[in-house]
Amino acid sequence: MKNFLISLLAVLFGLLAGALLMAITGHNPLEGFSYLLEGGLKNPERIGNTLATATPLILTGLSVAFAFRTGLFNIGAAGQMLIGGFCATAVGLSFDMARPLLLLVMVLVGMLGGALWALIPGILKAKFNVHEVVSTIMMNWIAYWTIYYVVPAYFKGEFLETESRRLPETATLKWKLLSDIFGGSYINLGLIIALVFVFIVGFIINKTTLGYELKAVGYNRHAAEYAGIAVNRGIILSMLISGGLAGLAGVVQYAGNASSIQIGILPSQGYDGIAVALLGANTPIGVMLSAVFFGLLYSGRGFMSAMTDIPPEISDSIIAIVIYFAATSILIERLLRRFKKPLSEKSKDPAGGKKVQS
Amino acid sequence: MWSVIEQIFPYAVVFTIPLLITALGGLFSERSGVVNIGLEGLMVIGSFTGAFTIYKLQEIWTNNPSVLWIGLLVAFICGVIFSLLHAFASINLNANQIISGTAINMIAGAITVFMARNITGSGNVRITKGFQPFDIPYLTDIPIIGNLIFKKTYPTTWCILLILFVSAFILYKTSFGLRLRACGENPHAAEAAGINVRYMRYIGVMISGGFSALGGAVIIVTYAGEFSGTVAGLGFLALASLIFGQWRPFGVLAATLFFGFASTIANVSQVIPSLAVIPPILLKIFPYVVTLIALIIFSKSSQAPKAVGEPFDSGKR
Repeated sequence: MKNFLISLLAVLFGLLAGALLMAITGHNPLEGFSYLLEGGLKNPERIGNTLATATPLILTGLSVAFAFRTGLFNIGAAGQMLIGGFCATAVGLSFDMARPLLLLVMVLVGMLGGALWALIPGILKAKFNVHEVVSTIMMNWIAYWTIYYVVPAYFKGEFLETESRRLPETATLKWKLLSDIFGGSYINLGLIIALVFVFIVGFIINKTTLGYELKAVGYNRHAAEYAGIAVNRGIILSMLISGGLAGLAGVVQYAGNASSIQIGILPSQGYDGIAVALLGANTPIGVMLSAVFFGLLYSGRGFMSAMTDIPPEISDSIIAIVIYFAATSILIERLLRRFKKPLSEKSKDPAGGKKVQS
Repeated sequence: MWSVIEQIFPYAVVFTIPLLITALGGLFSERSGVVNIGLEGLMVIGSFTGAFTIYKLQEIWTNNPSVLWIGLLVAFICGVIFSLLHAFASINLNANQIISGTAINMIAGAITVFMARNITGSGNVRITKGFQPFDIPYLTDIPIIGNLIFKKTYPTTWCILLILFVSAFILYKTSFGLRLRACGENPHAAEAAGINVRYMRYIGVMISGGFSALGGAVIIVTYAGEFSGTVAGLGFLALASLIFGQWRPFGVLAATLFFGFASTIANVSQVIPSLAVIPPILLKIFPYVVTLIALIIFSKSSQAPKAVGEPFDSGKR
């Protein structure tokens, strides 16, 4: 409950800061926000697009949150996503199978690709105590350049040098029924996969021995080791699962929301996953909610910048500021305590004699 | 082969300098005990504020070279101010320094493009004229190194190298440097010796902000000439150089030179026949793979400041 309140306040402060930004650059914040909301929610199609935008964010958010629970900071979700998306795209472009089988293979291969990309930092951390932040950043750039050269060499697009060939409709997660319900939106099976994984990750973290052990490693590595938990195995396993989730995010992005993979760009969803996880307090449900919120900001901004002069980067700015406030949650906690103080009796005040009269 | 080296050396140096100053900034921050992965964002801040200042001033004084120096100065100041966000979060609020740094990167990347779009519409800020490379007279006549070091140099290069020497002097030969390093190694001992740890860490982070921003602005006035929203991962490369250089000023110089060369070779490999035989993908991922290997090699004997990344709690002695 406390975490929820903190996240909510962080969002509120982020929106206020966004309003301030709009105001000082000479725009009308109320107008901006109302177009932003309209752009994300006006009709079923736009709602569908918002959910579709949120889909990869849910998965990268889960990826970062899962590693976080084990005390690992997976900043490499972007690279894992790129590799996962590439593996799935490669399968989709190379093989011709019955659609359900093909999609299943693509999802599995995508997860595997992401997992293997995260395995290297996992091993480096477990065996050599190399900090995972630096190693995953390096892996991001290795992924970036690998895709940059491999895609044009083997899967060059028909029209553009900078992207892969388009996947045939049958090799993507597009599902006509779902799309029709949402008025022709590009929402797809990815959303359902993401929701399933919200459940699965929640189950692993909260109901299994593995989840318990990983959380123990996250709370205190040495205590966990003393309790007989195989810490190194836990670290590697956690990175594998985290990478698998990020790889899956790549599948739903490049073979669901889009149908080709671009080169020369690290997917922003990787970094945003950190934001999503942080705002969602590293719980699967929290991740889902914050991903939808970010999805709304991202999908509504196109409409907003079409209707006003406000640059679309206002959404990125708001998200970044929200994260700053989430990172400095202690500030918000202090604020909350100050508001609560007048309600409680003075004798109950834990600060005792040190209390400063306000 | 030698002529190839002579050809690419000036470019490699130009590419090295922004990395060097940024990594040096990171060194001050980490030596004082604060991890700063926001270097990338701080560079972006510097390249935006620098480009914007120069862009505006060049409208008034078209051919005045001091405009460029003013731009660098403004970038430095803005970097210092912006880094206060990170300092406040990680020093006063004991926030997770990695998350705070990530937030810095995101805020910088988003807000600068937001502002740039408000100003120019396209999100790019172009300066009319940057520094022109020049040959230093007489010194270019020195055999071997003359052609390497003193040809096609920029004034900023010498300025940053001077900062490097001054920094090394300050870190190792002054009481301020000793105190700063003490705060990163053993903050409680430092406090017992009467040093204000929080104050020293603020200084460390602010220097990192100023230097990184300077690095970002140097990119604008030398080889880029235009702000386009990112610095393409150079901040992270600077972070890697810091580890590679084992948190020592001249180690950092060597590491950034290595990265400068590796990147330049990768960039020009297609036009130089003796390099064109190597697949470009290998050249591009080379620096990152080497960093990973270096991380493994150094893992046993790492010279990292002992208290880096830990929030300072005065009562936890």
